Amino acid sequence: MHLLENPFGLVNIARPIYLNRLAFLFVRTRAITRLAFVGSLVCWFVLVSSDILVVFSDIKGLTPEVPPWLPRVMLDLYIFCLFYYYKFRIEREEALNFTDLLWKVFATGLITTVVSLALRLLVGLLGNTKLPENVLFGDFIYQVNLALLISFMMAAFMAWKRLILYQKSKWLIRLWTFFEFLLVFVLIYDSINLALSDTANLLLDIVLGLVILVLSANMKWVAYLNFRQKWTSLLLLLLVMFYIGYFTFTADRLSDVIATKSPAFFAFNSHLFNIALIGFVSLYSVFSFLVILFNLPTSSVFEQKLEEVVNFQRISQSIQTEQNEESVYKILLESSVSAVFADAAWLEIESNSHQHQFYTYQLTKEEAQAIRDHLAAKNIKGVLDQNVDKTKNLSRHLASMKGARYRSLEAFPITVKGETIGTLALLKELPDGFNKEMKRIVAAFANQAGISIENFRLMEEAFQNERYKEELKIAKAVQKSLLPERLERDAQFDVVAFSESADEVGGDYYDTLRVNDHTVVLIIADVSGKGTTAAFHMSQMKGIFHSLSQQPDIDPKRFMMQANQALVYCLERGSFITASYFVIDTQARTIQYARAGHCPLLYFKAAEQTANYCQDKGTALGMVRSRDYEKFIHTYTFPYHPGDMLVLFTDGITEAKNTKGEEFGYDRLKAAVEKLSSENLKNMQQQLLQQLYEYTGSDEINDDYTTMIVKFK
Amino acid sequence: MVHIKRLQEESCDILAVIGEIDASSSIELDLAIAKSVGDGYRRILVDCHALEYISSAGLGVFMSYIEEFKEKGIVMVLFGMSEKVAHTFSILGLSDLLNIVSNKEEAKQRIHELSV
Repeated sequence: MHLLENPFGLVNIARPIYLNRLAFLFVRTRAITRLAFVGSLVCWFVLVSSDILVVFSDIKGLTPEVPPWLPRVMLDLYIFCLFYYYKFRIEREEALNFTDLLWKVFATGLITTVVSLALRLLVGLLGNTKLPENVLFGDFIYQVNLALLISFMMAAFMAWKRLILYQKSKWLIRLWTFFEFLLVFVLIYDSINLALSDTANLLLDIVLGLVILVLSANMKWVAYLNFRQKWTSLLLLLLVMFYIGYFTFTADRLSDVIATKSPAFFAFNSHLFNIALIGFVSLYSVFSFLVILFNLPTSSVFEQKLEEVVNFQRISQSIQTEQNEESVYKILLESSVSAVFADAAWLEIESNSHQHQFYTYQLTKEEAQAIRDHLAAKNIKGVLDQNVDKTKNLSRHLASMKGARYRSLEAFPITVKGETIGTLALLKELPDGFNKEMKRIVAAFANQAGISIENFRLMEEAFQNERYKEELKIAKAVQKSLLPERLERDAQFDVVAFSESADEVGGDYYDTLRVNDHTVVLIIADVSGKGTTAAFHMSQMKGIFHSLSQQPDIDPKRFMMQANQALVYCLERGSFITASYFVIDTQARTIQYARAGHCPLLYFKAAEQTANYCQDKGTALGMVRSRDYEKFIHTYTFPYHPGDMLVLFTDGITEAKNTKGEEFGYDRLKAAVEKLSSENLKNMQQQLLQQLYEYTGSDEINDDYTTMIVKFK
Repeated sequence: MVHIKRLQEESCDILAVIGEIDASSSIELDLAIAKSVGDGYRRILVDCHALEYISSAGLGVFMSYIEEFKEKGIVMVLFGMSEKVAHTFSILGLSDLLNIVSNKEEAKQRIHELSV
C-alpha cells in the first residue's frame, strides 16, 4: 500500500523492468499497469471523500476532520498513478501505429464522455428533488467529471508524446524531459500553494506556453499517413477536440456552481497544471488537425514515393525470393508504369546470349511494332536500338504517326555488365507526359533491374560451376576406382606404383594382370585431355586392357593394334591415348613391350649401374585411325637380369616445373634413378617423389603424375 | 598463351605459332588451321620457331587434321621446331605422321614435292 501513497516508488519498480526488458516484461508490465490503475482508483476515492468532507465542513463552518491539503495531495497522487498507467498502456505499447494511438485517445474520450453524460442523465432524472441542489452531491459530480477529464487528458498526453517523439533528436528529448519536469513542478506548486511573485508567475506561464508551442510544432508523423489514414485521423482528432471542449465546459460550469457556495473549494481551473495539460492537449490536437488537413492534397505524392520505394525493393529483392529473370522484367514493367502513370508500355529483351523476350502493358504487340516501324521509317535511332545507352525522348516523332493514340514516348535502356540487353518504352496519351522526376525514377528502376539480372546470371554461373565441380568429384572418384588396389607380384620381381592427379580429373592409368603362371602383363597409359571425358576414356582403356590381355600368346604389337582399332570409334577428334604395354615372361626371363606414343621406357641395368631411355618407335593410340597403324607400332624384346629395373612414368613427372619454369626433365629423372637404385623399391619410389617435390618447391604439382617401377630379383 | 600470325608466301599459308600451346590455347591453333583451310589454302606451313611448349591437346590438334588433309589433298609442313618440341612430337610418334623439317627452305621444297 505504501507504494501507492508514494508514486515515486513506482519508478523504482519500473527501472529494473526497463533494464530487464526481455525477461518477464509482459507479465510485469501488466502487473504495474494494474497496480497503477488500482492506485489511481484508491487515490480518487480518498480524494472525493476528503474533498466532500472539506466542502461539507466549510459550508457548516466547522473545522474539517481531515487536513484541507489532503484533497490536493490526493489529486496529485491520482495524476501520478494515471501517468504511469498510461505510460504502460500507451507509451510502451510498441505495436500501436498512428491511427491506433489516435483511436486510443478517442476511445478514452468516448468512454469518459459517455460516463459523464450518464451522470448528467441521472441528474436530469432526479429532476426537482433536493439532491441536485445539494452542494456535496454537486461536488461529487464535479469530482467524477474532473477525474474523467484528467484521465482523458493523460491518455492524450501520452499519445501526443509518442507522436511528438516519433522522429526524435537529442534536443527534442531534452525539451520533452524539461516539459515533464516543468509539469511536475507546476503540480507541486499548485498543491502547496507556493506564493510566488506575480513576475515569477508570469514567467512560469510564458515558459510553459513557449515549451508547449515548440513541442506542438513536431508533426513529422503526419507525413507517414496515407490518404485513408489521414481522413481517419481527421475524424478522430475532431471528436477528441469535441470531448475536450465538452469536458472543459462541464467541469468549468460545475466548479463555478460549487465555488460560489464553498469558498474553500479549490477549482480545477485555478490549477495551473490542469490548464497547462488541457492547453497542451488541445493545442496539439488543433495543430495536428490543421497539418493533416493541409497535407491531404499532397498525400498522394507521398504515397507514390512510398510505392516507388517498395517497387524498388521488389526489384532488388526478387533475386532472393527464388524468382527468375522473367519476374524481374514483369516487376520492372509494372513498377515503371505505375510510377509514371503510363498508359501503355513495352519491354523488349534482346541479347546475343539470351532469347528474345517481349512484354507489353495495355498494348498489343502489333501496336508496339507499328510504332517501332514508324520510327524506323523516319530513321530515328532510339527505341529498341541496342546501341543506344541513353534515355531518349521520342515524343516529337510520334506526332507524325497516323492514328497514333499516344503523344509521349520515353525509352530507357537496360544494361547488364555494360551491354544493353533490352529497352523499356513507356507511352502516354498526353503530350509531354514525362517530367524529370519520372524519368529519373524509371531510369533508376531500369538500373536496378539490370543489377538484379546481372546477379541472376552470376548466380546461375555459380550454380553451373558448382555442378561442374560436383561432376568432377564424381569423375575423380571413378578414376580412382579404376586404378588397381593391388599390383600383381611375382617371385622374380617386385612392383610399386604411385599416381596422383591435379585438381581436375586426370587420365593417367596403370594396371597389372597375370595371364598365366609365368606371364604377367603391365600397362601404363595417359589419356589426352582432362575431366570427365578423360576418366571415361580411361575406363575404356581398362576394359580393353583386361579383355585383350586374356587372349593366348598376346603380343604387345597385336595388343596395341587391336586397342587402336577399338578406340578409333570412341575417341573424339583430336583425342588420343599414349600407352606402354609390357609382357614379362618369368620363364624365358624376357620383357616384350610396345610403346604407343608414351614416355620412353627408362631401364636400369644392374650390371652397369646405369639407367637409359630405350630408343624405340611407336605412335599413340587413336592417331592413325586405320589399319595402317600396323606400320607405326612395334614389339621390342630384351632379357632382364636380377637387380634390373623398369621405370615407367607419365609426362607429369618429366614436365613438372620448378619456380623458374624449368622442367624436371629426362636427365634429372635418369640421374635420380641411378642414385637411388640401391634402395629398396618402396623407399626408392618415395625418395624419387621427394626429389620431385623438392625440385618443384611444393607437393602440389598441377598435373597428373604416375610412376610404376618393377625390380627384378 | 599462344599467338598465331598468318602470312602468305608463294601460294603457301604460313602460320607462325608464338608461345605455348596448352589445353586452352590449343583451340586457337585449331581455329587458325581451320581458317586457313576455309580460306582455300592447300599448302600450309607451320612455323614453330617461337613455339616453346606444346601439350598433348596441342598435338591432338595437328593429329586431328591428318586424315582430313589426306582426303582433301592439303599439304601441311611443320618447320623450325626446337629440340624439345621436336622430342615431344617424336615420342608420340607424330613425327612419322606429319611432315616435319628443320627450316623454311626445306619446308617449301617439301611442300612442292608433296603437292605435285
